[in-house]
Amino acid sequence: MNDAALTDPFMVAGTVMPSRLLLGTGGMTSPESLTMALRASGTSLVTVAVRRVDPATRHSLVDLLDGLGIRILPNTAGCFTAVDAVLTARLAREAFSTDWVKLEVIGDDRTLLPDPIELLVAAEQLVDDGFVVLPYCGDDPVVALRLEQVGCAAVMPLGAPIGSGLGIRNPHNIQLIVERAGVPVILDAGIGTASDACLAMELGCSGVLVASAVTRAEDPALMATAMRDAVAAGRAACRAGRITRRFVAEASSSFDGLVDPVTSVEA
Amino acid sequence: MTVAATVNGKSCHLADGTTVALLVDEWCPSPRGVAVAVNGEVVPKSTWEQVQVAPGDAVEIVSAAAGG
Repeated sequence: MNDAALTDPFMVAGTVMPSRLLLGTGGMTSPESLTMALRASGTSLVTVAVRRVDPATRHSLVDLLDGLGIRILPNTAGCFTAVDAVLTARLAREAFSTDWVKLEVIGDDRTLLPDPIELLVAAEQLVDDGFVVLPYCGDDPVVALRLEQVGCAAVMPLGAPIGSGLGIRNPHNIQLIVERAGVPVILDAGIGTASDACLAMELGCSGVLVASAVTRAEDPALMATAMRDAVAAGRAACRAGRITRRFVAEASSSFDGLVDPVTSVEA
Repeated sequence: MTVAATVNGKSCHLADGTTVALLVDEWCPSPRGVAVAVNGEVVPKSTWEQVQVAPGDAVEIVSAAAGG
């Protein structure tokens, strides 16, 4: 367990998470590239999709993650209805022996934005069925609160659409969500580079989930390192208590003790 | 005597009495990280040896894939 985990623990559903950076495997170009990125990131929780087995696939993602000592967070990615999401979550529980699930229920395949209605229905059912639900949601503070109220263990609002790399489109809403949440807020989707992850943490998020920004970067392992550092920097800045924003200046040097100004010599 | 069913969306003719366990064995290098649903219901791993595929069943065999 690292220092930060002892002095500034990140807890989800009563479990201490060694890292505030979660990674997604979506977009991975090869098992080798993924392995290097995961090691560089220091992550302890990684999302996977649930898909039909392909007899031609030789490598096992489960074995890869197990070998790195990383916990699997199955994702109901690709589900459009609560019914499908609930079945997918139950399959994942059976396959990976975990009752943690990232709940994703999308409204359409162009924007991949969450369908808040189906999401709430699925969340309630899965919480009742004993799952630890981490829902991927829009940046609507009302929906985020409803998800918490039905028993979700965290809320995971997007910064921008999945894979868009547009960063945090509505920092104000993210701040509102953070202010009212009694569960961890993990910014999930739309992060494009390190500064986006840092901003998420400065806004008060407890963690971030990054996939495409790392897996599709030119150098995924280097970007994973950058994300790890950015999350740490943003978290420290958040805890350090920043100065307020001012419309005009506030001198950092006192005017006391200045030598007298030189007056002009009369001709 | 064969049983007509679909497995992962493909029409198959399985030997009569084919169990879920046998099917998983054929499709997967290892049962680790694998789950099965028949007609939209999860089949618990503990029952794979007993559950037989019936005519018209829609079987889904899933595991982890890059995503999420």
